[in-house]
Amino acid sequence: MENKAIVCKDLTKQFGDFKAVDKISFEVSEGEIFGFLGANGAGKTTAMRILCGLSYPTSGEAKVAGFDVYKEQEKIKKNIGYMSQKFSLYDNLTILENIEFYGGVYGVSRPEIKERSAELVKTLGLEKEAKKLVGGLPLGWKQKLAFSVAVFHRPKIVFLDEPTGGVDPITRRQFWDMIYEASANGITVFVTTHYMDEAEYCNRISIMVDGRVEAIDSPTALKERFNVASMDEVFYELARNAKRTSD
Amino acid sequence: MPAVKLRNITKKYGDFVAVDDVSFDVRKGELFGLIGPDGAGKTSIFRILTTLLLAEGGTATVEGHDVVKEFQQIRNKVGYMPGKFSLYQDLTVKENLNFFATIFGTTIDENYDLIKDIYDQIKPFNDRRAGKLSGGMKQKLALCCALIHKPEILFLDEPTTGVDVVSRSEFWQMLAKLKEQNITIVVSTPYMDEAKLCDRIALMQNGKIMSVDEPKNIISSFPKPLFAAKAKNIYKLLKDFRTDKEIESCDAFGEFIHVTLVSDEKEESKVVAIAQKYQTEDLEIKRIEPTIEDSFIRLMREQKSKEVSNGK
Repeated sequence: MENKAIVCKDLTKQFGDFKAVDKISFEVSEGEIFGFLGANGAGKTTAMRILCGLSYPTSGEAKVAGFDVYKEQEKIKKNIGYMSQKFSLYDNLTILENIEFYGGVYGVSRPEIKERSAELVKTLGLEKEAKKLVGGLPLGWKQKLAFSVAVFHRPKIVFLDEPTGGVDPITRRQFWDMIYEASANGITVFVTTHYMDEAEYCNRISIMVDGRVEAIDSPTALKERFNVASMDEVFYELARNAKRTSD
Repeated sequence: MPAVKLRNITKKYGDFVAVDDVSFDVRKGELFGLIGPDGAGKTSIFRILTTLLLAEGGTATVEGHDVVKEFQQIRNKVGYMPGKFSLYQDLTVKENLNFFATIFGTTIDENYDLIKDIYDQIKPFNDRRAGKLSGGMKQKLALCCALIHKPEILFLDEPTTGVDVVSRSEFWQMLAKLKEQNITIVVSTPYMDEAKLCDRIALMQNGKIMSVDEPKNIISSFPKPLFAAKAKNIYKLLKDFRTDKEIESCDAFGEFIHVTLVSDEKEESKVVAIAQKYQTEDLEIKRIEPTIEDSFIRLMREQKSKEVSNGK
């Protein structure tokens, strides 16, 4: 169990009669890039909220970074990073202020914040923009910065919810370079995307349909199993019979 | 007369140039795609053409009408589905549809043929409030409302963004059917794989048009032989390629890396030889036809060749 970043067993979340997440079970290893895919309304967001310590499951078990999703939500939050397309940074704070703010929230010490933020700004090539408001940055830069901020406190796991939505194709690839690097440094990456080529960059992926995990394997193994050439087709085969369509 | 005509359209927000000297035509009955990421200027162009936003420079006509002087005529002839859901959340499906029909001086029955295929799918929810619909159903209702007055041109701003593969494919099937009814359709999308479903496309980046043509022509004008490479450790191979002087560009594409060489060599053997220098295991190389995304990336690099390297 020590080298599992996430362990889920029969995890369920029910709203009234509606089973948003229906007995899902899977494990994610440390340092793995795990793609969490699914049709719209399949229950991905609900499952992610539980794993991030933001919502309690109705039944089943799950541990994230070794901590229980029922009893140790605060410890989970301290040990993970999170970014999404929708919420990432404060537009009316500067780049440095955003980094300081998130570093501070996650309890990184002041001298360390100072040292590492200078280093980060340099790595990203944003020295000139460091004291400018984030709101004025191009989307691609924002997303790269948001990712760097999400892993600034060196979490064990980073959750990325459609991190590359709407981003240009070159920046999208640069973003995945950063993901690979984080993974090489031992950070587990849990990522959702609607770009099927990005699913191929994951070590393993799961595909959720109507609240259940319908498939979980490496992209190569999944394509072999369905005897198709692309992840697009795998997804299509699994999701076309989905009954739920809500977002 | 083209359905849409833009000449040197420019739109600024403060110092930011959202649309930069854009010119193109959309032909009647065409399914025309504006392809580009967020911030490319797609929405501003839609809002200018639907007469909701004034451009700082240039001229544009829709069905022959000037977007500034004859905005009223245009508004009767176009259907617009904005990127953000903009129907009345607390009216029901039926009420929304009735509302839009009435505003345009028509009824649901009058143009029923046009929306039938799409409307039938949401009809069971006629009495449900629009705000309580699922994402897919909201989208179908929005499309019905944009069609109810039988527009000559339909403007669809990112109808498939954030939508899963299955729903995206269904949506494009609906568009193909509408095209058969001779409606001109202008649609925007950030998904490059949807480009091939359009008759013609404009590739946009940073407010500029990089290319306007049929997808197949954009693909055939790709100037270099393109190869796909695969290996046991794909990320290592990508990094090796980046350092190699004989490689012009290398980009991850799913399980493959797409590669062009500095030379115009057409044979796979050359790429194999380069990869072998780095003791690449389980190497697989094949010559491939470029995709729109390959072309887009290449055009982006040409546009700002000073700052962006070739994936290196």
